[in-house]
Amino acid sequence: MDLFNPSIGLIVWSTIVFLLLFFILAKFAWKPVMVAIKEREQFIDDSLNKAELANQEMARLTAQNEDLMKQARAERDEILKEAKKLKDNIVNEAKTSAHTEGAKLIEKARIEIENQKKAALAELKGQVSTLSLDIAERVLRSQLDDKAKQQDLVTSLLKDVELN
Amino acid sequence: MHFSHIFKSRINVLSVAFALFLAFFSLNAAAQALPDTTVKAENHTKIVAEEAKEKKFDITAYILHHIADSHGFHMWGEGENSVSISLPIILWTDNGLVTFMSGDFHHDSEGKHVVEKNGQRFVNHHEKIYYASATANEHGEFVEVGAKHKVANLAPLDFSITKNVFTLIFSGVILVILFVNVARSYAKRKGKSPKGFQSLIEPVILFIRDDIAIPNLGAKHEAYMPYLLTIFFFIWFNNILGMVPFFPGGANLTGNINLTFVLAVLTYIITTVKANKHYWKHIFWMPGVPVPMKIFLAPLEFLGTLTKPVALMIRLFANITAGHILVLALLCLIFVFKSIFIAPVSVVFVVFISMIELLVGFIQAFIFTVLTALFIGLAVQEHGEH
Repeated sequence: MDLFNPSIGLIVWSTIVFLLLFFILAKFAWKPVMVAIKEREQFIDDSLNKAELANQEMARLTAQNEDLMKQARAERDEILKEAKKLKDNIVNEAKTSAHTEGAKLIEKARIEIENQKKAALAELKGQVSTLSLDIAERVLRSQLDDKAKQQDLVTSLLKDVELN
Repeated sequence: MHFSHIFKSRINVLSVAFALFLAFFSLNAAAQALPDTTVKAENHTKIVAEEAKEKKFDITAYILHHIADSHGFHMWGEGENSVSISLPIILWTDNGLVTFMSGDFHHDSEGKHVVEKNGQRFVNHHEKIYYASATANEHGEFVEVGAKHKVANLAPLDFSITKNVFTLIFSGVILVILFVNVARSYAKRKGKSPKGFQSLIEPVILFIRDDIAIPNLGAKHEAYMPYLLTIFFFIWFNNILGMVPFFPGGANLTGNINLTFVLAVLTYIITTVKANKHYWKHIFWMPGVPVPMKIFLAPLEFLGTLTKPVALMIRLFANITAGHILVLALLCLIFVFKSIFIAPVSVVFVVFISMIELLVGFIQAFIFTVLTALFIGLAVQEHGEH
């Protein structure tokens, strides 16, 4: 059958052409193509890895930020609490000191008033005695014009004294 | 095997292809029965038969003529009126190199037209070049045809640029242009995503690397990638080019056993040259079996190394030739029934078969490449599978 006839021409030509094709393609096509594909795959892998790392870093940073925020919030609360306490203390202290100061002042005022009162009373007593003596003198002067009346007065006075 | 997963998805396709393959064999067998009857008819009435032969359509001869190689690219027309592209004929004769154009035969392939060159006379008898006889025989042929159509004339060594050789060179040039361009676009768009033709080719390259080379060759795949890629694209491109019915297609290159022989031999050479100690030990001194068995197995194993490339050669040749025969046979139905009304049926079938042939063209290129990778892989792997 024709189909199976060997043809030396075709065998020789196809060997030459195929080998040529192989060497040309291997050098000028497959080598650069395979290298390019490999490089690109490497690049894609690297990029993906980098993206993964960046994501992890991002997550880490976010977590860190959150922690910082939490910490800051706690600190703020703490500070506020302390401030409030301090304020209360100060107010309380002020209140007590004001109280004592007030009490002291009042006491002082009271003592002063007392003293003034005592002095006034003393003065009043003196004046009263002087006044009394004046009055008594005048009374006596008017009364003692008459002898009888003098007698009466002395008796009544003596009655009042009664040696108590 | 590692590559079994590749086949799973294609199992349906393969079964279709297999069915077609079987169909071809039955068809071909039927066609084989024809020549005997025509020969008998010739013997009975010579002159009448000559005329009858013109009218009686010989399917086998027609189909075999179309799938065989030829000097010159036949375009259209018949006999002296046909139009064809002349191709150079290069002969290594007893007196050295002789070249002329196939057009010098004036479309004759019956051995009736003698071309004289460098004092030598040549005829083209059924696309084979012979030294012409001094005188013509009773059919006007300048060859001595013996029993069973055997030609007694001597033939020079024929290195002509035949239709197949032309297609071979043509496909080589196209492939070089295509892939050098692809390589250039890789250089131009370094590190970028593929674009245009590059993006059509890249998945195929990756497919060959990831599904053929790496599973079979493992870490050593890089060294064999150029060969696998070349063989795959060369076979695929020529399978498809062979489906194109007109110039520059139309040659049945991958369906020619000489070409598949060369490809198989190259695979065999690579396998043999690259094979490691381990591989040879498994062939000539099988470990783990008794000595008599080792001696018994050695020739069998050695034969096994030869049958692998032979199977490669036959598989590609038979599949592609089968496809061509099927298409031609379906077209011949029109002439067999001698009715134009059969044409639509034939055309529908031919279109259908052609679609499948496009698929078969890919699958055969794929299988050839997979088996090449597998054979090389078996030869170079570090630890044998037991």
